[in-house]
Amino acid sequence: MYFCEQFLIKYMNHYEAVFILNPVLSDDQVKETVKKFEDYLSKKGAEIISVEHWGLKKLAYPIQNKKSGFYNLIDFKAPPTVIDSFEIELRRDERIMRYLNVKLDKFADAWSVKRRERNTKKA
Amino acid sequence: MSSIDQAGKGNQGEIRYLTPLDIATKDKKKYCMFKRSGIKYLDYKDPDFLLRFINEQGKLLPRRLTGTSLKFQRKVSVAVKRARHLALLPYQADMLK
Repeated sequence: MYFCEQFLIKYMNHYEAVFILNPVLSDDQVKETVKKFEDYLSKKGAEIISVEHWGLKKLAYPIQNKKSGFYNLIDFKAPPTVIDSFEIELRRDERIMRYLNVKLDKFADAWSVKRRERNTKKA
Repeated sequence: MSSIDQAGKGNQGEIRYLTPLDIATKDKKKYCMFKRSGIKYLDYKDPDFLLRFINEQGKLLPRRLTGTSLKFQRKVSVAVKRARHLALLPYQADMLK
């Protein structure tokens, strides 16, 4: 078991999760849901790099008869075994309308660092 | 050959196209903007940039129009499809631009 954990830590990948939350929720509820998934990830041994809230955005097409949604992005490093259960968790939650998990390759990794720097400069 | 040369020099009134006219038939050579500007990764979170590779109806533009190399066309198509899934770009649209 110990060996297994060591193995997983060695092979952590960089992932990015974007999900759209129901626009009916209040700000507190949005924060709460994002917190829930952050906690879930860190409990599973993932290392959260950054969290972004894009706020209420208009959708390009209606999803579940709604024309807007709260966009959130979580950047994290995790062993590949976490992703499956994380996706199930996302699918179970009714507040989430859409989600996308992407594994970042080395170019994407470089870009995400650059992007974060730019965002912090702006803010 | 000699008679043709003479004809070309002699009567200028007649129109003869023995030598090709220099009409610009080709536009500027297309190039892959990713290769030229050194972009390595296409971000699906940036729909404004992806708009360049999409027509008014939200369809992907072919390589022969944009000049993108095959390697990056594949990345463009993946990025556009991801953006569509997240409702950052429409699946079908009218008057997008």
